[in-house]
Amino acid sequence: MDFSFLAKYWKYYLVGAKNTVILAALAVAAGTLLGTALAVGRISRRRAPRLLASAYVEFIRGTPVLVQLFVVYYGLQRLGFRFPDWPFLGRLIGVNVPDFLAGALTLGINSAAYVCEIFRAGIQAVDRGQMEAARALGMGYGPALRRVVLPQAVRNILPALGNEFVTVIKESSIVSVIGIADLMYKTDAIRGMTFRPFEPLLVAAAVYFMMTYPLSKALARIETRLRSGAY
Amino acid sequence: MALIETTGLVKRFGKLEVLKGIDESIDEGEVVAVVGPSGGGKSTFLRCLNLLERPTAGSIAFDGATVFPGAKPKEEDELRRRVGMVFQHFNLFPHRTVLDNLTLAPIRVRGLSAAEAGDEAMALLARVGLSDKAAAFPAQLSGGQKQRIAIVRALAMKPDVLLFDEPTSALDPEMVGEVLAVMRDLAEGGMTMIVVTHEMGFARDAASRVLFMDDGRIAESASPAEFFRSPATPRAREFLSRVLGR
Repeated sequence: MDFSFLAKYWKYYLVGAKNTVILAALAVAAGTLLGTALAVGRISRRRAPRLLASAYVEFIRGTPVLVQLFVVYYGLQRLGFRFPDWPFLGRLIGVNVPDFLAGALTLGINSAAYVCEIFRAGIQAVDRGQMEAARALGMGYGPALRRVVLPQAVRNILPALGNEFVTVIKESSIVSVIGIADLMYKTDAIRGMTFRPFEPLLVAAAVYFMMTYPLSKALARIETRLRSGAY
Repeated sequence: MALIETTGLVKRFGKLEVLKGIDESIDEGEVVAVVGPSGGGKSTFLRCLNLLERPTAGSIAFDGATVFPGAKPKEEDELRRRVGMVFQHFNLFPHRTVLDNLTLAPIRVRGLSAAEAGDEAMALLARVGLSDKAAAFPAQLSGGQKQRIAIVRALAMKPDVLLFDEPTSALDPEMVGEVLAVMRDLAEGGMTMIVVTHEMGFARDAASRVLFMDDGRIAESASPAEFFRSPATPRAREFLSRVLGR
């Protein structure tokens, strides 16, 4: 075991970790937006949105992220779709923005299926009597959902959503295969440059863990706080 | 004039027929106690009246206008505003204070300002002796207190009729009295009430009419005095002897 390469290459890990966090944050943001829309469809009283949303969830959960990544990355380009090249993001990540966005979108599309299920479970865990009581007071379905059911569902949803963020951080390592300079990609670069195939991976594992562990711990604390609230 | 009128009301859950054709009419000012064995369709009947449960067949008229079938969502919301409901398990909003429980719908549905709704809510709380609980959360209240709050929450919408779905069945015995007292008070004040209950004492002295439901039908409709003295059907006699232990 020889970790002397760190003296020269530690900055690679830092940049990679930063990009991984940005990637995961973008993915979770996209996943939450899309997942919320899907969840509304999933609990709809109408059949069409329900079927559409569950088809999405089943399909995405039943196919590998790697395949989804290639479909988005190569497939969309084939169809003539170009991801935007935002300069501010370019300065922040220092790599090809369109590729980065393709990776973030794929992870977002994938995460949306799980977020949808988190929302659905969180909403359905709220006692049915809550919706009934609100409706019985003359409130419409939308206001009852917004004012009565969702605020209570948040308590079930937030911790699970945080865990989804942790999951996405780990799964984002897959985008290194399309050349996005995330933590995993940087690690591979170091392996190539140092001719040491093993040690850089150990360091990468440690860095991933340093990101996910504090996050999990913080989430656990927030969850405890939520559960011990006044209501 | 009838406030609520149902014609041939049928409700099926899958293959199970819970209501088998109910023709009933309830006048303004009546206090109707709905009694009968479990599974007889009492709660389902009640829940059809404000369309929390959608009937399978038949029709419902409220205040002279048909509300089922054919009402638009907005009209259904308006019906529910005018038909208050008190649930067995209170269904208070746990994430809101007592005051917010009382003001949410008046603000959102009746369009009151927060101040107006707050004033009305405080007056209602005073009426049930719970003024000091305005800032409390439901979890900090006893069952009896919760149900009294639930009753005034329904009253805050100024309904034309109040439906009670076994309002005392989830309460500890020592708390039943305080809730029944509020209900008696309302009945004496002229509120139109339909009360599904196992409290025969309440049915006997606070109701103006008793409906005995059995097997999805209204088997008897009589004054309390008549019903408790000489029930007409064998099923009612059997039911009474079981619940009254005689």
